[in-house]
Amino acid sequence: MTEAVVIPMEHGLLLAGILFLIGLLGVLVRRNIILILMSLEIMLNACGLAFIVAGAHWGIADGQIMFMLILSIAAAEVSVGLGLLLQAHRRFGSLDIDQASRMKG
Amino acid sequence: MLELGLFYTAATISLVSTILAVTRYNAAHALIYLIISLLASAIIFFLVGAPFAAVLEVVIYAGAIMVLFVFVIMMLNLGSSGDVSEHVLLKPGMWVFPSALSLVLFVEIVYVLQSSEHILKGAVIGPKAVGIELFGPYVLAVEIASMLLLAGLVGAYHLGRRYLVDARQQR
Repeated sequence: MTEAVVIPMEHGLLLAGILFLIGLLGVLVRRNIILILMSLEIMLNACGLAFIVAGAHWGIADGQIMFMLILSIAAAEVSVGLGLLLQAHRRFGSLDIDQASRMKG
Repeated sequence: MLELGLFYTAATISLVSTILAVTRYNAAHALIYLIISLLASAIIFFLVGAPFAAVLEVVIYAGAIMVLFVFVIMMLNLGSSGDVSEHVLLKPGMWVFPSALSLVLFVEIVYVLQSSEHILKGAVIGPKAVGIELFGPYVLAVEIASMLLLAGLVGAYHLGRRYLVDARQQR
């Protein structure tokens, strides 16, 4: 039993898939804009987890670089999304996304 | 086997806190569970041999991006019922379970750091390898990410500024 016990890649990818599904369900089910943005963060984090686990399995650094790119995407997305959230709160008076379900015109 | 146990503990905490984060009614409580989920992800990153990504996860994800959420939640909660909502937020039932989860994560990371030599048997990819890759073949991706962040900055500034101007006119 002296050989190295490494974490199986399949279980890490399974965890990433389950986290992604939870985030997707959150985006589909929740009606609060803040909770929808949080669920998007969960999905992006699950993608990063999949990249890291796969990169660690192959022993290369590319997975961590993809994680950093996902991190910058998440930062940009959250800043714009929170700005839109403030606009929606000012315009509709609530954070319910169903109030913005109709287009103008 | 010990590494596997640590991995499955962190994975269970991540799953439980993520499910609780998605199903909370209160946004602040959901945020607490989301932060715990991100910390558990950071421990998983550390266990699979990506310490730099683990640090970035804690500093940028659980630090900077979640602070943005906290700012917005506190900004929108500025009503006359602030004291009442804070009283609800600080009920013991609301912070005991998150504290227990993060205590488990803390014990785990202390244990890993104390016996790091004979736990992390897999190949560890440190910050040096990541940096060499990042500014070697991936330098174009770094440029694209910087332009994306610039676009996000301009967009957030534009949206936030118009909000402030209109709020001033309404007063």
